[in-house]
Amino acid sequence: MTATQAWTADQPIVRIADVYKSFGIVEVLKGVSLDVMKGEVICIIGPSGSGKSTLLRCVNALVPINKGSIQVEGQEVHDPKLDKLELRKKVGMVFQQYNLFPHKTALQNVMMAPVTVLKQDKAEVEARAYALLKKVRLEGKEPSYPGELSGGQQQRVAIARSLAMNPDVMLFDEVTAALDPETVKEVLVTIRDLAEEGMTCLLVTHEMGFARELADHMYFTDRGVIVEHGPPKEFFANPKDPRTKQFLGQIL
Amino acid sequence: MIGGTDLPVLLPAAQRLAERVRREREVGAPIPRLQARHGAWIAVILVFSAGAAGAQAGAGQESVLSIMLKWTPLLFQGFIFNLAISFLAMAGGTVVGALLGVWQISLLPPVRAGSWLVTQFFRNAPWLVLLFFCMFLLPFQVRIFGVVIPLPDWIKATFGLALPVMANVSEIVRGAIQSIPSGQWESAESLAFNRRQTLWQIILPQCVKRMLPPWMNLYAILTMATVLASVVGVSEVMTLTGQVLSAEGGRTDLLIPFYSYILLWFFIYCYPIARLTVRLERHFAVKT
Amino acid sequence: MQDFFAWFQWLYDETGINLTYFYDSFDRARMIDGFFTTIRLSLVCLFFSTIIGIVGAWLQGSRLVWARRIVQGYIQFFRNTPPLVQMYFFFFALGSLLPRVKNDFGYMEPMLSNFTWAAISLSFFAGAFNVEIFRSGIEAVPESTREAAEALGYNRLQSYMYVVLPLAFRVCLPALNNNLVNLVKTTTLAYAIAVPELLYVSNQIWSDSVNVPEMMVTLLILYVALVGLLVWGMHRWERAIRVPGYGA
Repeated sequence: MTATQAWTADQPIVRIADVYKSFGIVEVLKGVSLDVMKGEVICIIGPSGSGKSTLLRCVNALVPINKGSIQVEGQEVHDPKLDKLELRKKVGMVFQQYNLFPHKTALQNVMMAPVTVLKQDKAEVEARAYALLKKVRLEGKEPSYPGELSGGQQQRVAIARSLAMNPDVMLFDEVTAALDPETVKEVLVTIRDLAEEGMTCLLVTHEMGFARELADHMYFTDRGVIVEHGPPKEFFANPKDPRTKQFLGQIL
Repeated sequence: MIGGTDLPVLLPAAQRLAERVRREREVGAPIPRLQARHGAWIAVILVFSAGAAGAQAGAGQESVLSIMLKWTPLLFQGFIFNLAISFLAMAGGTVVGALLGVWQISLLPPVRAGSWLVTQFFRNAPWLVLLFFCMFLLPFQVRIFGVVIPLPDWIKATFGLALPVMANVSEIVRGAIQSIPSGQWESAESLAFNRRQTLWQIILPQCVKRMLPPWMNLYAILTMATVLASVVGVSEVMTLTGQVLSAEGGRTDLLIPFYSYILLWFFIYCYPIARLTVRLERHFAVKT
Repeated sequence: MQDFFAWFQWLYDETGINLTYFYDSFDRARMIDGFFTTIRLSLVCLFFSTIIGIVGAWLQGSRLVWARRIVQGYIQFFRNTPPLVQMYFFFFALGSLLPRVKNDFGYMEPMLSNFTWAAISLSFFAGAFNVEIFRSGIEAVPESTREAAEALGYNRLQSYMYVVLPLAFRVCLPALNNNLVNLVKTTTLAYAIAVPELLYVSNQIWSDSVNVPEMMVTLLILYVALVGLLVWGMHRWERAIRVPGYGA
């Protein structure tokens, strides 16, 4: 398996092929396959424990896989020779628990990685950070510490922080699950703006309305396998598998 | 403000109380009033015993209080020496202990196992035994790069005290690092920080606050442990006290006043540290 | 058995490593006595410091202001002064106040032996920490649990015995174990008032036989092993009584 294959935009930007993952004796992913084209928005839904978050974490190599392959822009993610840090410059991730660094201001949170890891010029990064915080509608909050911001504001800083690395793919792991209903909207608007600008997004989410409006493709996972997938219109209107029907019936 | 003043003393009583409650709520704990109760207890013992000793003294003997005042400068010098030993031992032990603590979470198994072993060994050994060990087995002088450095007793004792400090600091650091939520490590990793950057720029700065109360507690324990050096022959405040007592003819009625006096000094030094530690603990707990 | 011990004489002759307590029966007896004295001192202090802790925690919850203040003063005093000085205070200062009694040989000796004073001093020292530990354990049991017990018809004593104390104990145990380990280490201070515990006996041996490094290493190993065993045993106990979902 060659480490780098020349990748062109007509090939999937993220290709997940027959991935198996176990934690000890518990099998969490049992043969998952998924292709994402550049610029697409993919939503993964399913009951808890079905492996959705684990799948996302496998894409940016936070979690190793037991079998199968994941390729990002043609690069095999779980190649032991792959520089993980290089991968993470291409793939950004936003977590459910925001995970902002509490001892740094919002601006510093956004600036830290490009300055320290990419070794970019500080002034340049600062300008970009201001622009990004403005984009996520947090103008004026740059000198605030995470403890002074609401949940929704913190999550938007987290999104800006990941965007500062100029990734090609963004992963969102149930980013609105820990927020109150009022603040959920402001985060979803931010993600929608991103998607409309052409960012490739993989979302694990419970926000069905959002998914229906924005997704190019929907996937339903249950107990470690993809049960059903399709474009949102068909997916929500005519679920074919009984498990999908049951799940959608419970939440809609 | 009612009455156009914010000096608590000038406010009526109810407002004074409300002020105090508001200040206490900010800190998250009842602010202790040191001077009133606590020092008074020991001062009571001191005065009582000095009085008793004075009553026992025959005519022509000096009063206990004047004897104590006479010897105070010398004993105070000894006490300062104890404090100096405590500073040095704490400084040395903290530096090495912090390194050990970070090595305990190393990804390399031999480093992890080795530092764990060293930490457990020096934590489980009694402080006095370690002192004896250092006193007897360290050479009385070392030769570094052709320069001969003498090692007097008190340096050996300082080294002996720094060893358990090192082990305890190692545990404090490790505990603080492990108490940082794993989400911090995850998000740093997904931002392409390598392990060293994550540790030094993100994890350790957050740990400093958490480490402060147990570290200060350790310092108080260390300060009290410096008197152990008297057992191994270092001339600090306890040995001086013993010498003073025999210089005064071994009068048994001087024992309680003098030992209470020394206890009082240690109390005055350590008690504020203890209260500050408790306040800091509650302050940081409330914030997170 | 004699052959085992005799081997160490050979070791001394060949390599100069002098472990007298192996081949010399007198030293062996001394070491064993010292070891058991340490253990006896630890057990006595453990017992009394626990009682002091329970009494102190109970008094701290009392309605009498002076009871609370006395306990608080006691705790602050014993926690913020060096245990060595406390021991000197008890043995020399308070000991000189007590009358002397005639012993079996006809000599006048102090009424309380140095072992007793060491036990008293260390019990009060460890007891001061125990009071805080017991109090925090009892406070960790939520008020609602106590109310539920009362609503079920338990009287105060019963609710303490069957509901509050078992739960409080599980919260206290890690801190109590820590305190016990410290207590065992602190028994070495009794050396200063000539109690023949392990350190004192080892000192005597190395003064006689001038084998300081060997005795020091032996001492370190013995204490680390003793404390290590204690820590391991306590961990097992903690895990055995752990209630899932309760506590840390």
